[in-house]
Amino acid sequence: MLLSLILITVYFREPAGGGLHSVQGTGATVLRPFEVASNRVAAPFRDAYGWFAGLIHAKSENARLREQLDKLRSEKIQGANAVRENGDLRSQLHYVGLARFPQDYDYVATDVISRSPSDFQQQIGIAAGSSSGIRVNDPVATSDGLVGKVSHVAPHSAQVTLLTDPNLNVSALDLHTQATGLVGHGEGQGTLTLDRVQKAQSLHEGDTIVTQGWKLKGLSSIYPYGIPIGTVSGATNSEVDLYWNAQVSPFVHFDSLQSVLVLIPKTRNRP
Amino acid sequence: MSANLLEPAKAALLIFLAAILQVTIFSQIDILGGYPDVVLLTLVAIALLRGSIYGATLGFFAGLLVDTANLATLGVTSLLLTIAGYWIGRYGETTGRDRLHAPFVSVAVATVLVQLGALILHYLLGDDVSAKTVLVTTLPPKVLLNLLLTLPVYAVVRRLLAVGAPVETVTEVRLLG
Repeated sequence: MLLSLILITVYFREPAGGGLHSVQGTGATVLRPFEVASNRVAAPFRDAYGWFAGLIHAKSENARLREQLDKLRSEKIQGANAVRENGDLRSQLHYVGLARFPQDYDYVATDVISRSPSDFQQQIGIAAGSSSGIRVNDPVATSDGLVGKVSHVAPHSAQVTLLTDPNLNVSALDLHTQATGLVGHGEGQGTLTLDRVQKAQSLHEGDTIVTQGWKLKGLSSIYPYGIPIGTVSGATNSEVDLYWNAQVSPFVHFDSLQSVLVLIPKTRNRP
Repeated sequence: MSANLLEPAKAALLIFLAAILQVTIFSQIDILGGYPDVVLLTLVAIALLRGSIYGATLGFFAGLLVDTANLATLGVTSLLLTIAGYWIGRYGETTGRDRLHAPFVSVAVATVLVQLGALILHYLLGDDVSAKTVLVTTLPPKVLLNLLLTLPVYAVVRRLLAVGAPVETVTEVRLLG
C-alpha cells in the first residue's frame, strides 16, 4: 500500500519526462507485443460480432442513409461551387489563414491496442509513439471525425484521451449558423454536449459541428479548423440558462475504434 | 522449477494474462453500459485460494501492469487491487475459503468497493469524475457481468493452482489407549 502511495505521489508530481514516466514508457513498449498479439487473436471474433450486430440494424439504417444520401447529393453540388469560389477569392486576396485540415497535416495511421479499463478516464492505447513523430496534444481522428488528442507518449506507443473523457473539451463551431461553443462529454456513454453557446446565437437539430481552430495572440487551438465532430441531436434553452443546452451525436463510434489517424503538422520535422 | 516457485509463477502468469486480456479485449465489451473486470475476478479467485500475501502482492502487480499498459497514473490501480487482494485473502484465510458462496460474495463486494475507491481516488487526484455515471450507470452491469463470470474464472484458477499444491494425505493411523 505504501509503495502504491509513493508511486502515485511521485508520478503525479513529476513532469511528463520524469523517471517514472520513462520507466512506464519502457514497460508499455515491453507489453506492446502481447497487446498486439491479443488483439489479433480477438479480431476475428470481434468482426463476427460486429457483422451480426450490424445485421440487426441494417434495414432501418439503410432507409436513413438513403434519405441522407439524397440530401447530401444536393449539398455536394452547392459545396463544390462554394469551394471553387472560395479558392478563387482567396487567391485574389492573397489570404493568409490558419493551418487547415486535412491539407496542412500528415498523419500516422495506427492500430488501437488497448482501452483503459476504467470508467473515470476514456482513453485508448495506440501502437505508435514518439518514434513515429507523435507528440503530446497531437489531434487524433478517423475518417469519420475527431477522436481526441494524444495525452501521453512512449517511444512505441501512446495514450489517446477520447472526446468522451470528462477532462477534455474542444472548441467547436456550428457549420450552418457559425455558433461557437465547447464540445465535451455527455451524460450517457459515447455522447457529447455542446456547451457555452450564447443564447443570442442559434442552433438547430441536425447541424454539423466541427472543430473551430482558433488563434489568439500567439496561442492557437491544438485542433485545426474543420475536423467533423458530430451533429446536433437536440438543443434547448430556458430563461434561467445563460447558454444553450445542446446534445451532440458524434460521428465516431468510440466503443468500436480499431485504428486511428494521428495528425501531425507538415511543418514539423519527423524522425 | 520447484513446487515452491511454480505456484507463484503460475499465479503471476494468470494475472499477467488477465491484465493483457482486460486492456485489449474485455474493456472494449459494452453490455448494458458496463464491462467485466477479469483482473479483479482472477485476483479474487487467487486471493481466496492462496491467502492475503498472494492477494496483496498480485494485486499490486496487476495494478502496475494495467496502469503501465494504459500509460495511466502509476499506483492508482495498484493501491485499489492491493487492498482488495489483501482483504479477500484474509476472508479466505478466516471464514470464506470452503464456502460455496464465498467467490460470489467476494466478487460482488470487491467490485463495488474497488469502484467506489477508484471514484474517491480520482476525485482526490483532481480528475473530473461523474459519480452518477460511475455508480449508477456502469456499476450495476459491471457487478452483474462479474458475477456471471465468477464461476468459470474461479474454476480455471482453482484447477491451475491446485496442480502444484501439496496434497495432505494420511500416512499412518495410530490408535491411542
